[in-house]
Amino acid sequence: MTAHAASPDAMVSVRNLWKVFGPKAAEVPKSPQLQQLSRRELMDQAGCTAAVRDATFDVSRGEVFVIMGLSGSGKSTLIRLLTRLIEPTAGQLLLEGDDLMTRDTKAMRDLRRSKVSMVFQHFGLLPHRRVVDNVSYGLEIRGVDKATRTRRAMEVIELVGLSGYERSFPHQLSGGMQQRVGLARALAGDPDMLLFDEPFSALDPLIRRDMQAEVIRLHKEMGKTMIFVTHDLSEALKLGDRILIMRDGAMVQTGTGDQLVGAPADEYVRNFVQDVPRSHVLTLRWVARPERLGEEVADLTLPADTIIRDAIRCVISAGRPVRVVDGGSGGAGGSGGKVLGVVGEDEILTSIAGLEDE
Amino acid sequence: MSTAAVASVPTWRRPGRLVASLAVLVVWSLLYLVLRGRDTLPLGETETTPLHQSFNHLSDSIASNRNSSPLFVYFFNYLQIWMTQFVTFVQSLISQPGFGRPAPLIGWLGVLALGGFLAWLLAGWRSAVLAVLGFAFIGWQGLWTEAMDTLALTLAAVLIAVVIGIPIGIWIGLSRKAARVITPILDFMQIMPTFVYLAPLTLLFLIGPASSTIAVLIYSIPPVIRITGHAIRSVPESTTEASDSLGATRWQTLTQVMLPMAKRTIVMGINQTTMAALSMVTIAALISAPGLGQTVLQALTTLDVGTAFNGGLAIVIMAIVLDRTTTAAGEGTERTFEHGLPPRLRWGVAGLGAIVTAVLVWESATFWWANTFPTGHSIGPSIVSGVASASTWIQDTFSGVTNVLKNLISGGLLDPLQTLLTESPFWLVIIALTALAAILGGRWAALSTVVCLLIVVGLNLWQNSMETLAATLIATVLTMVFAIVIGVAMGRSRRVDRIVRPTLDAGQVMPAFVYLVPFLVLFGASRFTAIVSAMVYAVPPAAKVIADGIRGVSESTVEAATSAGASTWQIIHQVQLPMASRALALATNQGLIYVLAMVVVGGMVGAGGLGYQVVNGFVQDRFIGKGLAAGLAIVLLGLMLDRISQAVASRVDPSGAR
Repeated sequence: MTAHAASPDAMVSVRNLWKVFGPKAAEVPKSPQLQQLSRRELMDQAGCTAAVRDATFDVSRGEVFVIMGLSGSGKSTLIRLLTRLIEPTAGQLLLEGDDLMTRDTKAMRDLRRSKVSMVFQHFGLLPHRRVVDNVSYGLEIRGVDKATRTRRAMEVIELVGLSGYERSFPHQLSGGMQQRVGLARALAGDPDMLLFDEPFSALDPLIRRDMQAEVIRLHKEMGKTMIFVTHDLSEALKLGDRILIMRDGAMVQTGTGDQLVGAPADEYVRNFVQDVPRSHVLTLRWVARPERLGEEVADLTLPADTIIRDAIRCVISAGRPVRVVDGGSGGAGGSGGKVLGVVGEDEILTSIAGLEDE
Repeated sequence: MSTAAVASVPTWRRPGRLVASLAVLVVWSLLYLVLRGRDTLPLGETETTPLHQSFNHLSDSIASNRNSSPLFVYFFNYLQIWMTQFVTFVQSLISQPGFGRPAPLIGWLGVLALGGFLAWLLAGWRSAVLAVLGFAFIGWQGLWTEAMDTLALTLAAVLIAVVIGIPIGIWIGLSRKAARVITPILDFMQIMPTFVYLAPLTLLFLIGPASSTIAVLIYSIPPVIRITGHAIRSVPESTTEASDSLGATRWQTLTQVMLPMAKRTIVMGINQTTMAALSMVTIAALISAPGLGQTVLQALTTLDVGTAFNGGLAIVIMAIVLDRTTTAAGEGTERTFEHGLPPRLRWGVAGLGAIVTAVLVWESATFWWANTFPTGHSIGPSIVSGVASASTWIQDTFSGVTNVLKNLISGGLLDPLQTLLTESPFWLVIIALTALAAILGGRWAALSTVVCLLIVVGLNLWQNSMETLAATLIATVLTMVFAIVIGVAMGRSRRVDRIVRPTLDAGQVMPAFVYLVPFLVLFGASRFTAIVSAMVYAVPPAAKVIADGIRGVSESTVEAATSAGASTWQIIHQVQLPMASRALALATNQGLIYVLAMVVVGGMVGAGGLGYQVVNGFVQDRFIGKGLAAGLAIVLLGLMLDRISQAVASRVDPSGAR
């Protein structure tokens, strides 16, 4: 990645962030020669493992940013670097323009108490405390008095749909409900940003879908910035405004869901996304073709950002190709916006069948 | 699959090693026939050597420096005074006159009330009933004051152990570096036979409460440290990380996350420390610690089986009460925060109990009848005479059976080995044992063997050491036979495990002394009694290790062997035992250490050897030096056996076990 300056306007701005484990960890990010080595070569030559290599990205305020990769790709390490739960080896780390690398332990602790909260894969609940005391634990640490923190805990418990279970112990709850407690605990301190480390991986599929919907709802209601780690592509596509794909500690590609599916950066990403139903992710922008001369087109236009799946009915019923407009409002008459091309039955059908590569 | 599994025989079972060991034994035996009686380094029972006398002088000079050497004046003496005051304080609460009173502050009624109330508060009403009935029965046995002395010493030691041990345990739980430094020290504290450090402690701290309390601490503090460390380490990282992510300080995470989650396990550690302390308090009778141990010890030395049994029974009851209460307290910590009584009611009942207890304690402090346990209807004398006549009757009636057993083991196994060890020239024994160690354990095992044995020669106690070694080896072989049978049965069947394991656990909490008593009743004073009680003491830990090893053999391998048509016997000796060979080796290691500790104790009931010399050192001033040398020799034998068996264990192909 090129070393352009960190952006103070972003919620989070990460530049050339490294995490190396091993005896000579600090030397790896400094040495251009060691930087180049593959994971195995680095292990053999320096006895080090680079969990995160040269990560650079920005997350804007209110965005849901997903970090995705297989296990061992460094995604869980990366998300922990953001609040220095794991100490970065090198790099720059800004939160709302504030340089986190220069903060001392106490300042980082204050930041964790008030600005950034985290939800964990294995929940990390305190088994000896009731739900309400688990949720208020973060406030208790801050020194909030009991009445206030209990009141606040009850509010969040209601927010995540756990009313009636305040007096239960964690082990009396199902996995999904336990994670709601984890979510409530993270929300209790009213942080500006939420970090999720594979929060739903340990849950079964139906519960996972509920919880994803829950996160989407909370995001809509509160508009908090969220950084979400997952190994599940469909989860990433469902939740993420943008997705960062990692492999062996390095960033492979960053983009919106349709960018990843429509223009995978390499074979690795292509393999990742090949099973995704393209018509569910891609927008008309990706399948529009130039209008042929003298072609008869339908009377209406569609915005370029319409998901293909949502345009099917419209295109089929029109009976002929439909113009695709960038930025316009669409609708009958086709006012405003630049015409990108047209989409007809053929384009729709090939994208549904996933045939355009052939 | 099945053939591969069956064929994976660990390397140390290669016939080569076995043949070589047998060859060494044969050559040794042949040479023995030729060289018998030469260079056997004999030393009469009442003889001492210049070395032993110089140890005597050493002890005298330590005594004379007590009030001049700065180490004593500024450290040991303070420690001694402080410990003595603390223990005396606890004693004057429940067992001895104190605070200017002719009787302890809290009499029997108060102790029963307080014991019952605390057991109820910490563990529940079952433990409370058990505690009250148990202590009352001990009083009825006529052993109230002795029991209270034992209890006072145990409680004082446990209190100190907990106050020191839990912080150290937390430290080793949090810091790997600390764990690396402290764990070997704990290993050493636990591996040393308890007998051995009593005498040196009396040199430093005089005979009295201080040295017995420190001896008890040495023996009983390792469990609470280890288990606290383990409990802290087992708190899931996801939980501590979640706490960190919320901005908790290290102290907040420790006190609000780690300690509450580790509480239950830490209480288990306190339980083990309590049981170890009780065991050692009774053994500390050898250096004049008061209490039930004293009763048993004096009875053992005069072979008064009735009194020994009465005292032993009281120790067993005390052990059961303390074990049940502390175990239930561990389980209770979880129960109370879930299904306990509603808080208000609970406080009400507790308050009522506290008031009743306070009234009873006050009565026991005020009225003579409530202070000194009534002796009118004591059952003690009947137990003493009943057991004594039962013992005579058993020995007369079954002397046929018991003598056959005794003579079979003593004459058939012990005598030949002991003769070989004691009647061969000492250099031949050293060469032969070193060769065996080299074959079985490798270079380093051989080196420790030769070094240890040479020092033993230097200590001028060769014959006694060889007697102890012979008894230890025979007892270990027998222990392993029983341990394998029990361990395999437990490992193969969950049901057997469920039935047998509690018995083994209960066996392990009993103070070592107690084991001697029933076998003394059966077999009288002899080497055989020591060997049998050593077995009973050592079989439980060895059997548990083997059971876990057998269970560790992967199910699919056993299944594969079964599907290949192997019989149960074939599965056991061709699949499960070879694959559990590492566990077998570890069990042998454990067995050796436990057996040695107990064989030494057996020196008190006619087993002779080093144990007798140690005891003799306590009893007669002029044998102090010889006793110290015997203690050192025991440590060296233990070190040698431990090194060899550890080396064998580490050589076992780890791929054999899962």
